[in-house]
Order: sequence, then structure tokens, then C-alpha cells
Amino acid sequence: MHDALPARASIAIVGGGITGCALAYELAVRGMTDILVLEKDYLTAGATGRCGAGIRQQWGLPMNIRLSRASCRILETLPDALEYPEGIEFKQGGYLILGYGEDQMRQFAENVQLQNRLGVPSRLLTPEEAKEIVPHLSDRGLLGATFCPEDGHANPFHTTHAYARAARRLGVRFALGVRVTGIDAQGDQIRGICTDKGYVHTPIVFNAAGSYSNHVARMVGVDLPVYTERHQILATEPVERMQDPMVVSFKHHTYCQQVPHGSFLMGRGDADEPRGIDMESSWLFLERMATTMAEILPLLARLRVVRQWSGGYNISPDGQPILGTIPGLEGYWMAVAYSGHGFMVAPMATRVLAQMITGETPALDLGPLDLGRFDRGELLLEPNVV
Amino acid sequence: MDRDGEIIICRCEDITLAEVRRCLRDPGCRGIEDLKRMLRVTMGPCGGRSCRELLLREVARFYATTIDEVAPPVFRPPTTPLPLDAVARSVNKGGDVDA
Repeated sequence: MHDALPARASIAIVGGGITGCALAYELAVRGMTDILVLEKDYLTAGATGRCGAGIRQQWGLPMNIRLSRASCRILETLPDALEYPEGIEFKQGGYLILGYGEDQMRQFAENVQLQNRLGVPSRLLTPEEAKEIVPHLSDRGLLGATFCPEDGHANPFHTTHAYARAARRLGVRFALGVRVTGIDAQGDQIRGICTDKGYVHTPIVFNAAGSYSNHVARMVGVDLPVYTERHQILATEPVERMQDPMVVSFKHHTYCQQVPHGSFLMGRGDADEPRGIDMESSWLFLERMATTMAEILPLLARLRVVRQWSGGYNISPDGQPILGTIPGLEGYWMAVAYSGHGFMVAPMATRVLAQMITGETPALDLGPLDLGRFDRGELLLEPNVV
Repeated sequence: MDRDGEIIICRCEDITLAEVRRCLRDPGCRGIEDLKRMLRVTMGPCGGRSCRELLLREVARFYATTIDEVAPPVFRPPTTPLPLDAVARSVNKGGDVDA
């Protein structure tokens, strides 16, 4: 995808992650032409290629449930729809969310009620039932769990490349290794985008820059209420299939999944993590991850770690994405601040955004996720986050 | 050329020379960072120690450049595969790991 930079585009999408590539495809499939994706490194170089890539519908807010449920449906048939024979390794082994403490169990009961009402087949489990699904789970302190068998995990590289390849077949241009240096806005209208390889005339710029979302927003003089925070993750040696679901504990800020290849992926948030873009790995993470595993999934502590890495969560004040436009600036769109759960909702979010950009009736009202909600004080606080 | 399918480049993931060359020809591939993500090369227990040089040579050949011009992928810690419980035990022993 060494496409040359065109002189003109009908839209310039900044960022070659899942959002940028899926949006490009969704726009192209709706008949839009002259779509340009700009990526400073390679596809999936940012948060998409560094994430845990879990897909879950077990959320506590209707918006998140609707977005993730529809995305899950899209992913189930994605390789066929996009004609991607390699497949995206979508494993629907479920998500098992561990419950510790009475408050958490009360919240889980409410969540499951809401999820069921919106069609998600989740259910509350006793510790014994949870251990039937994951026999190597420790029941120490465990009061119960919730489980949804449709949740799972997909390969973020193949998912993104599947969208990119299909988009490219529809004529989308991908300028890789091209860095955006500025946005040309005259008055209230976007005119073009400046890069280290030249200027492109375009009436629309779409910010899909992940960790760098505010760098791009500041190019039009807007300071988004977001920050980026490092989250670390590791992969173990591959072993025989022994764990179907992604196991999540909000108490331990951790998630753990065995991918079809056999490796386990284990990630963990850290309350002491300073804000900023930092892709280094730390020994402290390894220590805390090892201690956590020894406590909740002790058998897995016998596995060898072969690799650890980091990625950035781009986080908003309510931990929910900011989707849509900036009032008073014609032609500027964004899908930013997914706060650690962008990959799993991107298929539906980008489809709805493409409907909005092309003037179709959107399948979902994304209005509550606009930038204005922070000024209005209408925060969407999600109880179910790692 | 016919033997490319029999030549193993990445022993951790059983990836052949034919697979590497096919991936390089994919329009979505931009070099070694994409090979790594599409094929899992350099990401196995050896950490790339057995395949990295071979891959760099193939990438250089494909783009008609020299190995010096191809940026190698990032080295990820730990340097050697490490059992998690050995790390957990080290927390109580002032950081000494007996893996």
C-alpha cells in the first residue's frame, strides 16, 4: 500500500488502525470515492495492534451494549463479507467476568438484567458454575460471575487488514509512512491537510488517531478533554487449548484470554500509571501480572512469558468515546477516546459514522457520545471497565 | 522457487520461506513490521533470535535494498522465556528470579 499522496481527496482519515481502516471501507462501500487514509507508521501500529482484542457485549450502558452487540454480529461474518480468506480468528468462547464483594455482585445483577433486555444472552453464575467453565479458576473470595457465550476475541491485525484490503479494492488510497503536520481550516471550513510528504486538498478530515487524537485536534485549535495512558500486556508460550473464555476481573484490573494459536494474552491496568504516551515495557508490570495470575488463575502462572509490550488508552472524562463533529467547524469528524474498548465497537461505530457522513439515516443515534456532553454535564459513566 | 514451501524460516511458528514471500507481495505489507503481525514471525519463544536475520535478508531482497537499510523489529522483553510463577516468587525475594 505504497499509494502516492493524491493532490485531492474527498476525505482524509488520520490513522491506520481499526477505526481508520473500517471507516474507509464503510464509506467506500457506500459509494464515496477519493478516500485517503494517512498513517505515520504501518497499519495497526498504534493501539489496535497492541490491544487485548477482546469482544464483549457485557456492558452496563445501553449505548455500549448496542454498539458492541452489533459489532459482534458484523465480526461473525466479516471474513466472508470482506472476502478475506485468511480469516480473523474470531473465537467466541465467551467472557467470564469475576465478581468479588457484594457491591460488585449487585451491580452485575443489574447489568445482566439490562443486557438481557437488549438481547444479550448473559447470565449470573455461582462460583461453582464459573469453575465448570474455567476449571483452573481459583474460587478464593469469588462470590460469582457473569458469562456471555457470544463474547470472545479476534485477531486485531487480520481484522484491520481485512478492512484495509477490501477498502483498497474499492479504490481507497492508503498513504503509509506519511505524517500529518497540520490541518488547513479557513473560517469554519476544512480546506486541506498538510503532511510531511505534501499538501492534500480535502473538505473533510477524520480524526482516528487513537493515542494521538489530541495532537490532531489541536491542529484545528481544539483541545479535547482526553489523555493517553500506557497499558501493558504480555503473551505466553502457546499451549494446548485449555481456556475458552476471556476471564476478566475488575477488582484485579486484569483480563486473560487464550487465543486460537495457543498463547495466553494477559493485560493489566495500573492505578499508579502516569499520563502520557509511553510504549516502554516495565518489570513492575510483569511482577504484578505474575502475582495476580498466581492468585486468580494459579495454573497459568506456570506458563512462560515470551513477550511483553504496551499500548495507549486514549481516555475521556467518562471513559466513553467521543464520536461526531466539532460544532462550528464544517468538515471535521472524529472517533477518539475509546478509553480501552475501541477495537470491539469499531465495526458498528464506523458503520454508523459512515452513514452520518454520507447523509444516510444512522442505524443508531450516536448523539449522546458527542463532544458537547462534557459541557452539558451529561457524562456516560460505564460501571463495567478494566 | 519450488523448494520455498519446504524451507522453514521461523521455527517457533513453522513459517516457510514461501509464506514470507507471499506476505511481502501482499499490497497491505510494508515490510518486517507487517510480516511480524501477519505471520507471528519473531514473536515466538526464541524472540526472533533464529529468524530475524533471515527475514531482514528477505525484506532487503524484496525491496532491492541492503540489510543495513531495513529497520529491524523492536526487541521485546523478557530476553528469555520466563515462568510467571518464578517472577511472582521473586517479588518476595527482593527481585531475584530463579527461572
